[in-house]
Formats: sequence, structure tokens, C-alpha cells
Amino acid sequence: MPAITLIEAVNMALAHELKHNKDVVALGEDVGANGGVFRATDGLQKQFGEERVIDTPLAESMIAGLSIGMASQGMRPVAEMQFMGFIFPAADQIICHMARMRHRTRGRLTLPLVIRAPYGGGIHAPEHHSESTEAIFAHIPGLKVVIPSNPSRAYGLLLAAIRDPDPVIFLEPKRVYRIVKHEVEDNGEEYPIGCCFVDREGTDITLISWGAMLHETHMAAAKLAEKGISAEVIDVATVSPLDIDTILESVEKTGRVVIVQEAPKAGSLGSEIAAEIAEKRVFSLLAPIGRVSGYDTVMPYYRLEKQYMPTVDRIMEEALKTVEYK
Amino acid sequence: MTTVATFKIEHTQYLDASGKPTAKKMPKWAKDADTLKALYRSMARIRQLDTKAYALQRTGKMGTYPAATGQEAIGVGFGSALTADDVLCPYYRGQASMIEHGVTMEEILLYWGGDERGSDFKNAKQDFPIAVPIATQCLHATGVATAMKLRGEKRCVATEIGEGGTSEGDFYEALNVAGIWNLGVMFIINNNQWAISVPSSIQTACETYAQKAIAAGIEAVQVDGNDIIAVREAALNAAEKARNGGGATLIECVSLRLCDHTTADDARRYRPENELDSGWKNEPIIRLRKYMESLGIWDEQQEETMMAEVVAEVQTAVDNYLATPADSPEAMFDYLYEELPSRTQEQREYAINNKVVGGHH
Repeated sequence: MPAITLIEAVNMALAHELKHNKDVVALGEDVGANGGVFRATDGLQKQFGEERVIDTPLAESMIAGLSIGMASQGMRPVAEMQFMGFIFPAADQIICHMARMRHRTRGRLTLPLVIRAPYGGGIHAPEHHSESTEAIFAHIPGLKVVIPSNPSRAYGLLLAAIRDPDPVIFLEPKRVYRIVKHEVEDNGEEYPIGCCFVDREGTDITLISWGAMLHETHMAAAKLAEKGISAEVIDVATVSPLDIDTILESVEKTGRVVIVQEAPKAGSLGSEIAAEIAEKRVFSLLAPIGRVSGYDTVMPYYRLEKQYMPTVDRIMEEALKTVEYK
Repeated sequence: MTTVATFKIEHTQYLDASGKPTAKKMPKWAKDADTLKALYRSMARIRQLDTKAYALQRTGKMGTYPAATGQEAIGVGFGSALTADDVLCPYYRGQASMIEHGVTMEEILLYWGGDERGSDFKNAKQDFPIAVPIATQCLHATGVATAMKLRGEKRCVATEIGEGGTSEGDFYEALNVAGIWNLGVMFIINNNQWAISVPSSIQTACETYAQKAIAAGIEAVQVDGNDIIAVREAALNAAEKARNGGGATLIECVSLRLCDHTTADDARRYRPENELDSGWKNEPIIRLRKYMESLGIWDEQQEETMMAEVVAEVQTAVDNYLATPADSPEAMFDYLYEELPSRTQEQREYAINNKVVGGHH
């Protein structure tokens, strides 16, 4: 079994579902002959044809609205937004229709579709290519927002997203598209949506993260171990609906929490997780909840992006402060 | 210099305002008494439904409602060109076409009465609910048509939009993709001259709204939207073309909004004083009645009988609507996802336990 990258895992999951379900189609800008600007759909049009892997005109709202129409007929479109920074023309379709269709028709029309988008910073990209705006969509009832952190999860979660009966926003942390390889068997086995994953068990502190930041978080956990501190690491994976139970269980065990995210701090997923912990397990806490995040400012153009994004050192500093709190 | 592209937009009318044929040849169906009577009845019913809906809103028994007074020929005309296998993606002023396609008046009233169950159509199972965000429905129509095309189905999709809505990006994006992919969509523009208070002079620099389709490579026609024979004939042709793989058609129906934008609007604030006087002389229902009278298939007695039946039919729908109690609080949660997340289940229980007595209209 060859080891594959996250982007290759996305490609493998797409190919698997295209092969096994005739209702599945992949569509988006440049997904056909070009195979996607990150090569997520590389070779798929050649394998499955132009009617299954569809190059669309350049219009994001169209891609989303068209997917809604197709899904209402029982197809399972997997649409690519080339970058999450370009998803906003489609926000009207996603928020006002995609998220609400099942509800407002009392279940008569359902939309089993996926919107994929690479997101996040750290690849020296042009402006508008690096933001982490997952909280905007996580705030919308009726959507599911899933973020894989590694190749295995990308494969299993994308399979689950495509098979899900409701719309899923599938955000791919593009900084880690190619930095880690996993041995992933193309066996069609899903990872569950709506579950956090305990990546590393520990007893002294819980580190919570998702997407690309999980890699820095794991590095911090390893460094903490060198100092004799046992960190539990949770990959949130599905940021909406949030599996708060797994998080609360860990908090009960460790009593100390640091949340790590690339997104700005205010009104974020970290805010929501912290609020839930405060509401439900405040008396399990031995220290204030710590947060390491992007800043509440515009995602800088790339010469300053390393100043903006949380580093292993920043996570270490916050974790040590939290562990040492008395 | 060479001319690399030219275009023209043709305007079609079969009946003038007094119901006299203006075309040399009428469509065959336009001589069939039963067809004409059914169309006439549908238009009269929509006029009556809109009148009752206004009264319900004014007496606090219903929320905001958009009447289609003066534009009945458009919705009835293209709606009656659809078969049960076709799909309709309506906009908020779409009650006439929706009812033609099987949506009940009770569902329309329930919807505007603030109840999502009004979009759970008993009959038109695959039709979209009313799109409130402007022009978004055009893209849904292209998606439905894409699914039909990929599956090789001989069905068509119809969608309607106001002339103001054609300024939206989603409208152009839908035309564009429908042209490229040769999608079986019938785009209907209800050009009622007003987008709330904004007249066409502020909406577009084009001579017609139909020509917006030219840039997308789509066939475009303009018809007299107060002439149901012109609307329906264009729609029948467009639907047949769409079902047979001939691609999309844009039909601009020129009419006039003889009512306010909605019950929340007062058109007296912006409408020129004499516009309604001439407008009412052009309206579509009288026009068809006069044509039927000239054919000798309609008289005062039939008019009275039909109106009494239509009034009773609408009243039954109103009574059923008024007798429908609001849904229980858990309905806010029960259709959000196929399976409600556990966190939201807690809120569902909370909402049930904290039910506000008399907390609905």
C-alpha cells in the first residue's frame, strides 16, 4: 500500500465514489483536463468522462446554485470552489438555499451535495487565498462543515461527506496538502462526520485544534512530552455540528485546555468551544481556558503571514502557562 | 470593419386590448373552447385569490403578500404549457404558474401565512419552493436541467423572474451556463415595468429585457404579456424545444403591475397618476373574455356561473388555511438535517418545554 498525501487522498475518495455511484459528479472551474489547480481531480475526467467530471464556466454562485438544482433531482454533486476566498459570491446560494431547503420544504427536497474548498494560509499565495473563514459557515444551521487534518481523514471524511444526505462544506487545509503521507487503503471505508478524534491521549492538558494547525499542535504535544507533560490532542474534524461530548470528556480528565486555530479569535469556533466548556464543565477546569489563534485583523499578504499564524512556540507558551496555573 | 454579429428581437401579439386578433394565423389550440375557458377560469381564480389574500393581510390574518394583478396571463400562460413531468422553479410572485403546475391555493396561503408547510407541495413534488432571494431560482433551474440532460430525460424546467431581477448576477450566470450546455430551461421574464419603485429607465439601458439572452447565445423572444395566447404559444414552443434537446429560451412578457409590489408597499408614492387608467384598459382577463365572446363561446350567464364557482373555490382554500393551526415548536428542528445533532436535540427539548402559549399567529 503506497503512502499518499492529503490531496491524493481527496482524489482517491472522489474516484472511489465516482466509480461506485452513478449519481456522483465532480464539477468546478478547471477540474476537468487540468485536474484542478491543486490536482485534486487529476485524471478523473479522463477516467470518468466529461459528463461526470465537469468543467464549469467561471462563476461561483452558478456552481453552487447549479449543484442545488442537480441535488434536488437526486444527483450527488461534489463542487469545487477553487479557493475559499472565492466562495463568497456563492454565499447567497449556500446560506439562503442550500442550508434551508430540507427545512423549508419539510423534507420534500433534500440536497445531498458537497462543496469542497482549499482554505487557510502558509503557502505564499496571492491576496484572498489564505483566509480561514470556517466559522462563517459553521454558524449556519443546516450545513455541516468538515475539515480533514491528514490523508486518512481526508479520504474517510470525504467519502462520508459525499454519502451524507445533507449539504457538507468540506474545507481542505491546503498548507498540508503535501507535507504528510499516510498509507491509505482505497477500501471505501468512511470516517464518521460529527465526531472529534482523540489523536493522542494524555492526562495533563487537552490541546484542541483542526485542519493544518493540528500539525503544529502535535509538535507542541511532543515538546511538552519532553518536559514530562502529558498532552491529549483532539482533532475536531467536524466543526459543525460540533461533537462537544468528546471535548468535555477530555476536559473532565485533564482540567486544562488550550484551543489552537488559524482563524481570527473573535466570534470563532474557538469561542464556541470555550463557551461550551465554560457552560458545562467550568468546575472541572483547573486553569482558565487558553486560546492560540490568528489575530483579529485582516489575514496579511504573505510576507507577514508567519507573523499571523500560530507557531509551535506560541502554542507551547500558552500550554505551559495553562499547565503551570495554580 | 466587418459586422461579426447581429441580432433582432421579435415581439409577438395575437390579441389586441379589445380581444381582436392581430395575427394572421392563430395557434390551433386558441380556437378550442375548452382550452380557452380553462385559461380564463385560471386567470379569474388568481385575481380572486390575490384579492382575498390582500383582504387577509389587511385584517391581520396573513403576512406580506405579493399580488400579480394585471400579470395573470403570464403565470397562467406559461404554467399551463408545462406537463406534470416538468419542473418549476418559481419566484415570489409565481402563484399563477405554481397553481397551474399543481400547487394548491391553500399551500400558497399557508406559505404567505408564515408556515413552511406551504412549500411541502402535495402534487408538484419536484418543484422548488418560492425563491425569495432575487434571481437565485434561475440557477436552480439550470441545475435541475443539467440533471435531466445527464440522465437523458425529455423534460423541461421553467423559471420566472421579474424584470428587475434580471439585473442580478445569478440571472446572467444562469443564462450563460444554459447557453453553453444547451440546457432545457424556459426563462420567463415578468416585465411588469416596476421593481418595487424602480422603473425600467433605471433598471436597464437595453431596449428589451429579452436581448439579455443574446449575449448568452440563447433564443430570445418578447411577447405581449397581457395576451395569454401569445404567452402560452411561446411557452409551448419553448417547452417542446427544451424537452427535445433544443436548449433554452428566454421569453420576455411585457405587462404592467396593476397592484402594489406587495401588501407592504404603497405604489401611490411613485407611480405616475394616469398609468393605471391606461393599464386597466390593457389588462389580460377582459381581453380573453372579449375574444371568447367574439367566438360565441362565452356569455354573461357563463361568466356569472364561473365567478360564483371561483369565489367559492377560493373561499374554501381560505377557510382551510385559517383552520390550520401553527406547527408545534419541534417543527423548527425536525427538518433541519436527516438526523438532528445531539446538541440541537437539547435545544429541541428546551423549545418544547418552553412553548410560548399563544406565541404564534
